[in-house]
Amino acid sequence: MSESVDTFGRRLHYLNADFGVKSWLLTRDHKRIALLYLISITIFFALGGLMAVGIRLELATPQGDLVQPDTYNRLFTMHGVLMIFFFLIPSIPAVLGNFLIPLMIGAKDLAFPKLNLASWYIYNIAGFFTLWAVAQGGVDTGWTFYTPYSTTYSNSYVIATALGVFISGFSSILTAVNFIVTIHRMRAPGLTWFRLPLFIWAHYATSLVIILGTPVIAVTILMVAAERLLHIGIFDPALGGDPVLFQHLFWFYSHPAVYIMILPSMGVVSELIAAFTRKRIFGYKFIAGASVAIAVLGFLVWGHHMFLSSQSVYAGMVFSVLSMLVAVPSAIKVFNWIATMYKGSVSWDTPMLYAMGFIGLFTIGGLTGVMLATLGIDIHVHDTYFVVAHFHYVMVGGAIMGYLGGLHFWWPKMTGRLYPVFWSKFAAIIIFVGFNLTFFPQFLLGYLGMPRRYHVYPADFQVLNVMSSAGATVLGVGYLIPLVYFVWSMRYGKRADRNPWGAIGLEWNTGSPPPQHNFHEIPTVDWDAYGYLPDTPAGTGESWGIAVPTQRQDRTQDDG
Amino acid sequence: MADTHAPGLQHHFDSYEQQQEASFFGMWVFLATEVLFFGGLFCVYLIYRTANPVAFAAGSRELDILLGGINTAVLIGSSLTMALAVHAAQVGKHKMIAIWMALTGILGGTFLGIKAVEYSHKIHEGHFPGPHFVWHGPEVNVEMFFNIYFMMTGLHALHMIIGMGIMLVLIPLAWKGRFTPDSHNYIEGFGLYWHFVDIVWIFLFPLLYLLGVTSHV
Ligand code: HEM
Ligand SMILES: [Cu+2]
Repeated sequence: MSESVDTFGRRLHYLNADFGVKSWLLTRDHKRIALLYLISITIFFALGGLMAVGIRLELATPQGDLVQPDTYNRLFTMHGVLMIFFFLIPSIPAVLGNFLIPLMIGAKDLAFPKLNLASWYIYNIAGFFTLWAVAQGGVDTGWTFYTPYSTTYSNSYVIATALGVFISGFSSILTAVNFIVTIHRMRAPGLTWFRLPLFIWAHYATSLVIILGTPVIAVTILMVAAERLLHIGIFDPALGGDPVLFQHLFWFYSHPAVYIMILPSMGVVSELIAAFTRKRIFGYKFIAGASVAIAVLGFLVWGHHMFLSSQSVYAGMVFSVLSMLVAVPSAIKVFNWIATMYKGSVSWDTPMLYAMGFIGLFTIGGLTGVMLATLGIDIHVHDTYFVVAHFHYVMVGGAIMGYLGGLHFWWPKMTGRLYPVFWSKFAAIIIFVGFNLTFFPQFLLGYLGMPRRYHVYPADFQVLNVMSSAGATVLGVGYLIPLVYFVWSMRYGKRADRNPWGAIGLEWNTGSPPPQHNFHEIPTVDWDAYGYLPDTPAGTGESWGIAVPTQRQDRTQDDG
Repeated sequence: MADTHAPGLQHHFDSYEQQQEASFFGMWVFLATEVLFFGGLFCVYLIYRTANPVAFAAGSRELDILLGGINTAVLIGSSLTMALAVHAAQVGKHKMIAIWMALTGILGGTFLGIKAVEYSHKIHEGHFPGPHFVWHGPEVNVEMFFNIYFMMTGLHALHMIIGMGIMLVLIPLAWKGRFTPDSHNYIEGFGLYWHFVDIVWIFLFPLLYLLGVTSHV
């Protein structure tokens, strides 16, 4: 099929098919919406990062010399709120998922393009409320909004922040509804469930969690707001309420929410491992099933956050065992990835470096999760830096590594440009080193007894804290480098051909960047995902620009 | 990119059938989120009612079963008219869609009117939760019942108000013949939503109004 070209003979694609601010702000193209999300999310990530800078600076010395205790409380609260609700939860689904799901399943768009655009606006309105709260002076309740502190005693901007979180929930829900319907109803002919890329399975499972969890936090936030506004006592023991009930409702969403953050990342890693080992994923059905299993089991373990919140011992034991069960599907994935690499022809391109980072760090994060799920250990380390280290290993070491790996993998597809190979590998290594330097000492600190959420600590802990602050600096530099070269590449990067990695997947069989409606002709799929033949070289970063043949080319549609 | 498309069929769908299926399915998935939204409240209700059975029964006896009962009938009636509107859409009588939906809207408005009367009685009697809540009986924690009563019925009423807003948009479109037997997913999707809101009330009515009838503790 012939390419569509503009009047100057240039190839038409989604980026140059239309110009002007309006064509972006009113777009219904999932690819453009993904880029809009990318911009918004990056801003919130930077703001959340700024708060972290404040936290680590303060913790460089044992005394509270930089900020007031009250300011410190606001710093870590806003850090958590921005990073969790405004960066990690939307990150991979709203950017990569939005961009790739229709491409990967051979659809022209998501099922509800207008809702998709609406979700971006809703996300920004939510962000605006939260930033407004920050500008007013912030919140100091911790991202967990525990009652009755949040409803009765806190003098900070709880309602505005909570409203921001509440509204952002709608944007998640719209995205998730869109994904579920799209994956069910819009797959290309022949693309059966077990032929789908694992990235799609992961997003399907994530969407299920969003659909079933988010409304519960929404109604819980409403109750908190009502309690604060009307001075009633739904969760206030002084007025006949039960504060622990709030914790149950909060964690009923917020534990599954950690899977909203990690599942998409696991989906990305599956794609990366297959593409850079040139092998079919080992145990495809197990990884697909593990995603769904994690989504379901994730709803049954919330009590592990409440071992010390007056929950009964028997409930604690049940939640402990169930939590350990969730580790099983997670481990299945890790083993399958490693088995895939075994005897594969592995190439160490930038995305693969991130995938490796993910596997190592997620494993540490997951195993320490199992430690925390063990009642005896948790009594010792609950609310210490051990917990902080655990969740940063899974969320930063896991989820963000996957996000960055995915961005590096699909950047040429999204923008049609290549980024500098050297700098990207350099940054990946810096991030890995910086990350471990920041967070490994926190395991030790927590184990030694340093509680979380305090701005002063005994002088004995200073060495480890300084290491952590130094690591945070390295990590920060590591994050800045990709920001610079990604922006640079949009103008100066070499042009990417349609498949710079020689990867398999429908998204690689359309132009880079893809045409406005993704495919000129919807492909008919009669093959399984990841049909790599053994020993075909991956398109390495160094060979970028040279077209690498894929085995499936003959079977797929050609288009602009 | 030669999109020669049938009227009412969006560019990214292949057929009316696919479009229709997608929008119904989307509505069902959305209703699943609604179930969990109200589910959170039902859970809170369950826990506090178990903890305060006497207070809940006493609070419940304050509610007006007659008005609540009339409202239940009104809402069930509105479900019927909504179903008739959907039927009219399926057979392509576009004026009838508008008429049945307008009736649905009138019934919805009646419900909200009666609800407002009930609310104002309760507020008058000092049963609105907050520092000014008054309760003269011996029961402890009756305010919790009214916390939950106002949250649940308030959110339910909000859903009805949103539904009526959507109706205001759909009715003129229907009158002008925008919906055809091939392409009327908005009407059917909205019908699902409306029935859902009715069903929530079917649960709320016994849980809130009838709870105190038999328990004379
Ligand atoms: C492998 C399965 C996992 C298990 C068994 C597990 C277990 C736990 C436990 C028991 C706690 C509570 C510790 C305490 O407060 O004393 C905890 C905290 C936490 N976990 Fe995990 N976890 C797992 C995976 C994850 C993942 C994948 C993420 C995120 C992507 C995550 C994020 C968090 C967060 C954010 C907290 C702290 C919440 C807070 O109190 O602020 N966990 N985890
Ligand atoms: Cu958890």
